[in-house]
Amino acid sequence: MLKYFWPSLKNLAWLTLITGIAYPLFLWAMGALLLPSQAKGSLVERNGVIVGSLLIGQEFLDSKYFQGRPSMTGSFPYNPMASGGSNYAGSNPAQKDSMVARRNRLCLENDCSLAPPPRELLEASASGLDPEISLRAARFQVRRIAKARGISEAEVAEVIKKNAIYSLWNLYGTDRVNVLQLNFVLDQISKKE
Amino acid sequence: MDSRPIFELVLYLLLLLCLAIPAGLWIQKIITPRKETSWGDWKIYAKSLIIFHAVGVLFLYALLRLQGLLPLNPQGVTGLSPDLAFNTAISFVTNTNWQAYSGEASISYLAQMVGLAVQNFLSAAVGIAVAFALMRAFTRQGDGLIGNFYEDIRNVVLRILLPVSVIAALALIYWGVPQSFSPAVSVQGIQGQAQLLPLGPVASQEAIKMLGTNGGGFFNANSAHPFENPTPASNLLQMLLIFLIPAGLTFAFGRVVKDKRQGIALFLSMAILFSIAALLLFHFEGVAQIWEGKETRFGLWDSSLFATITTSASCGAVNAMHSSLSAFGGMIPLLLMQLGEVVFGGTGSGFYGMILFVLLAVFLAGLMVGRTPEYLGKKIGPYEMKMVAVAILVTPLLVLIGTAIAVCVPLATGAVLNPGPHGLTEILYAFSSAANNNGSAFAGLSANNPFYNIALGLCMWFGRFGVILPVLAIAGSFASKKRAPESAGTLPTHGPLFILFLCLIVILVGALTYFPALALSPIAEALSESHFMGGF
Repeated sequence: MLKYFWPSLKNLAWLTLITGIAYPLFLWAMGALLLPSQAKGSLVERNGVIVGSLLIGQEFLDSKYFQGRPSMTGSFPYNPMASGGSNYAGSNPAQKDSMVARRNRLCLENDCSLAPPPRELLEASASGLDPEISLRAARFQVRRIAKARGISEAEVAEVIKKNAIYSLWNLYGTDRVNVLQLNFVLDQISKKE
Repeated sequence: MDSRPIFELVLYLLLLLCLAIPAGLWIQKIITPRKETSWGDWKIYAKSLIIFHAVGVLFLYALLRLQGLLPLNPQGVTGLSPDLAFNTAISFVTNTNWQAYSGEASISYLAQMVGLAVQNFLSAAVGIAVAFALMRAFTRQGDGLIGNFYEDIRNVVLRILLPVSVIAALALIYWGVPQSFSPAVSVQGIQGQAQLLPLGPVASQEAIKMLGTNGGGFFNANSAHPFENPTPASNLLQMLLIFLIPAGLTFAFGRVVKDKRQGIALFLSMAILFSIAALLLFHFEGVAQIWEGKETRFGLWDSSLFATITTSASCGAVNAMHSSLSAFGGMIPLLLMQLGEVVFGGTGSGFYGMILFVLLAVFLAGLMVGRTPEYLGKKIGPYEMKMVAVAILVTPLLVLIGTAIAVCVPLATGAVLNPGPHGLTEILYAFSSAANNNGSAFAGLSANNPFYNIALGLCMWFGRFGVILPVLAIAGSFASKKRAPESAGTLPTHGPLFILFLCLIVILVGALTYFPALALSPIAEALSESHFMGGF
């Protein structure tokens, strides 16, 4: 068997150099040259300070901000260092309890008389970092936000419409909005007024 | 059912065909090189393969243990514990990519790129190389030569995996997947929440993770993480990358044996089984409307489609948490793994796994009609059938015995998250995933303990070699037989009848083996599930 050892080691060594070092370095260089913003994590700046990444959700509790999906990341919600979901089964009583609690909290702040809160806002995302909500889940929050900011509901709805991200070829994915982006725009509008 | 997911499925299969047919053409050129210098028989091939794995496991184990002392470790992670490093090293070398660790919290950039990503390339290449050896065996006229292992590995990595990965990774960066060596970025959110954003060479690893049907995520949430899979477009690309090589290999096979219909028959068999599974999962998830463990950008349908693809192939990446699927819904990925990962399957391993079922089907059909069983002119004797039986039975044995042992060990049952039958599903899923080299999980199971690390490590190892070695032995035996010309007595293996028969054999073997275990886990859960969801 020893005669197979050297060829194995030799092949492992130089394939490691190519696929483990040259390949990621080449892509790093290409990313830095051609797509620097994405390659660095799609970071967002406000007044020269980095306030987050467009792709990583943040926890919003204030009623004047759009709120994202419930998050079950480790230690605290929207913890990017411990991504993951709850892994609760539908048959788990703990899942039912958290859904009831979330519905009650949402219906305290929002008007649930017209429509019940969308399931998406009652159930945690897979990554716990989902930066987006569907258009439906955004519209559900319009009345609350308009009231908290003292602007018209039409104005908030307009922000949603302008920032909507549509599914691919009207087929793959969901029509949705980026929560951080929406809140960013809302803050800018409030500042102007 | 909504018609939208059906269109998604059809368009996906069409796009796959557009990519897989040219891929098959390209792969075929690599399988049959002009010069056959330093080719050897199956024993030489198998020995090279085993030693190559041993060296790979030792290197990766050492790297994972020592990562705390090595450079490119901006978050200052420490080395993995011995049992976790054992599990992880085997996991990546066997193309399983079961992950008992959390990527962002416990692996350095160096270990990700020089250790894990390298094995993503190499383990995929090994599977493809074994498929090459088996394909060549059908064309040999008795000299027993099936190829040169090292040459195959090099060719597969440099001429297939690397070029496609570079293009795919660039596309992923465009959609937002980071490729950076900076340490995690500390930010203060607009409502004041402090976050630490993990970065790393993600795009380069992501591309090969899908193309090589590895599935080991850079981050804990895998392809559900917005940094790994930011948009529906990147999701579609990832789904296509998973099936690209497994589907391409079927077309390459048709060209290698100079009968394209044989390759098309394999593709169709796989596509039929895959479509049935996808439609079932669409149905179950459409009824349940569960959003727990699903990302908004993917929604119910892209999550269901991805779950079917990743477990049909032995990829194991996830863009939704399988544990939170509906009870019957969660059974589909579980069953797809238990069928032996032959519905497209892993890179190479799906092809040779399906050929095992083809040989079984030909043998059974031959018995029924009283003909000598032969496939593509190679007579199937007792030796080949023994090897087929070993290869088909080794994974169920590992899964069922492993699960049976686990439910008797407090350390194993204590790691379960969900109560009731779902808890048993978590354990059954873990062993099915490991032994069939898939790597996805019902992740409520806290699998990072010595029992699971060692038990699942052994399952991955024997699940990989328990199939590869018999397959190479069959290849060796076929290669040393002359190819008999087709006659009136030859059973056609390309018609609709054979395709249907093959699908039935695959389902039958899987269903008979696993039905009792499934009845106790997802089926019991589905039948006893309280339907409280109606209130929402």
